[in-house]
Amino acid sequence: MRKLFVPLAVVAAAMFAYAPVGIARVPYESTMLLVQKIFYFHFATWMAVTASVAVCGVASAIYLFKGTAVADHYAVASAELTTIFCTFGLVSGSLWGRKAWGVWWQWDARLTMAFMLEMVFLGYLLVRKYGGPGAEKLAAAMGIFGAATAPFIYKSVDWWRTVHPQTTVMKTLGDKFPAAWNLVWFCTAAFLVLFVVMLAARVQLEYLRAELDRAYLAAEE
Amino acid sequence: MFFKVAILVLKKDLAIEARSREILYTTLFFAISCLLIFSVAFVKEGVPAEDAASGILWIALTFSGTLALGRTFERERYGETLRALLMAPASRPAIYVGKLLGMVLLMLATEAVLLPLVAFLFRAPLFARPLLLTALLVLGTVGFASVGTLFAAMLVRTRTRDVLLPILLYPITVPVIIAGVRGTSALVQAPPDEAIATLWIGLLTGFDVVFVTLALWTFEPLMTE
Repeated sequence: MRKLFVPLAVVAAAMFAYAPVGIARVPYESTMLLVQKIFYFHFATWMAVTASVAVCGVASAIYLFKGTAVADHYAVASAELTTIFCTFGLVSGSLWGRKAWGVWWQWDARLTMAFMLEMVFLGYLLVRKYGGPGAEKLAAAMGIFGAATAPFIYKSVDWWRTVHPQTTVMKTLGDKFPAAWNLVWFCTAAFLVLFVVMLAARVQLEYLRAELDRAYLAAEE
Repeated sequence: MFFKVAILVLKKDLAIEARSREILYTTLFFAISCLLIFSVAFVKEGVPAEDAASGILWIALTFSGTLALGRTFERERYGETLRALLMAPASRPAIYVGKLLGMVLLMLATEAVLLPLVAFLFRAPLFARPLLLTALLVLGTVGFASVGTLFAAMLVRTRTRDVLLPILLYPITVPVIIAGVRGTSALVQAPPDEAIATLWIGLLTGFDVVFVTLALWTFEPLMTE
């Protein structure tokens, strides 16, 4: 991981440098014109959230059942990244909604559930901060439950549809608008690389913090 | 063996509760005082806001349920009996199921009083489809209590448990509350929409299966020190 960190960081920087150029060049979508361009980052952000939630859920389960410290580092790092990407996704969605629907916020199923996801992972961080000794385990349970509800968030829009586009929108996009299709996946890849880079940095930090704690304890004894 | 242990734990909890009736009375009182506060917010010129009854019912339920959850484990901690319970040669998931059943019965008892009160005070035809409404309430209660029992149990040793329980519980159980409120609304409206209510009942069943499975799976490692 440590060897790959610098190359991956460079790749992420290059991709994010190109992304605005690509977004500027791609032709306008026929109904929403300029406003639609926020979609490339909006969708990509939520893909990063998905990856982050999955990592947190799996890492939490491994930590809870096996007790491996590294898994806990991954869990806390991905939980923090989830809240960051989730906030970015909610803000970009809100900006887009203002132009596309005319309102900043709509209590639609998908938005409500995304809000809920943000609350779950903020709760995760609160437990870790104020849970006292043994909080890692409690947080792990929260991570598992949070990751388990994430698929419901994805499906919720199909069950309780209102204004948010259906999840099938991506399936039809490839045939109708190939340039946009490619760009969306390019942006998604960029966000995922960014996620991996940030995750690696945060895991390393958490590892050093744990080492420092151990050193303090050893010095006191 | 599994169900024998679960029933024993349930019997123990019910016996304690039957003697003091502390949780039942306090929870019920709290739920009714919630109704009083909602009446200030949702009644205008003597007429309750349309569609308010289902939301009021479920919010009163979840709030009072949180109170009961905290209290039932507080009692175990106070008597130092949780350790004894966990040291007993019984499977941990069975203990969880016993605790969960006790919690569900307690909340259902509260609901039995709360439901006619909401129907009476907020002029809601809650008894138009009694079977569907019962299904919604039972499934919703199981979903809420399954996560709640697990979280309340794991928070027992934490100093900040009173604050952390609602913080953890509400975001996770929001899908259950949405399904409960939407399903009840579909039944209360005129004419009742049975198809929608059945859809939400199906979703609630799905949530219950996921939550109970996860709780049974994680209870053992969470309760091991």
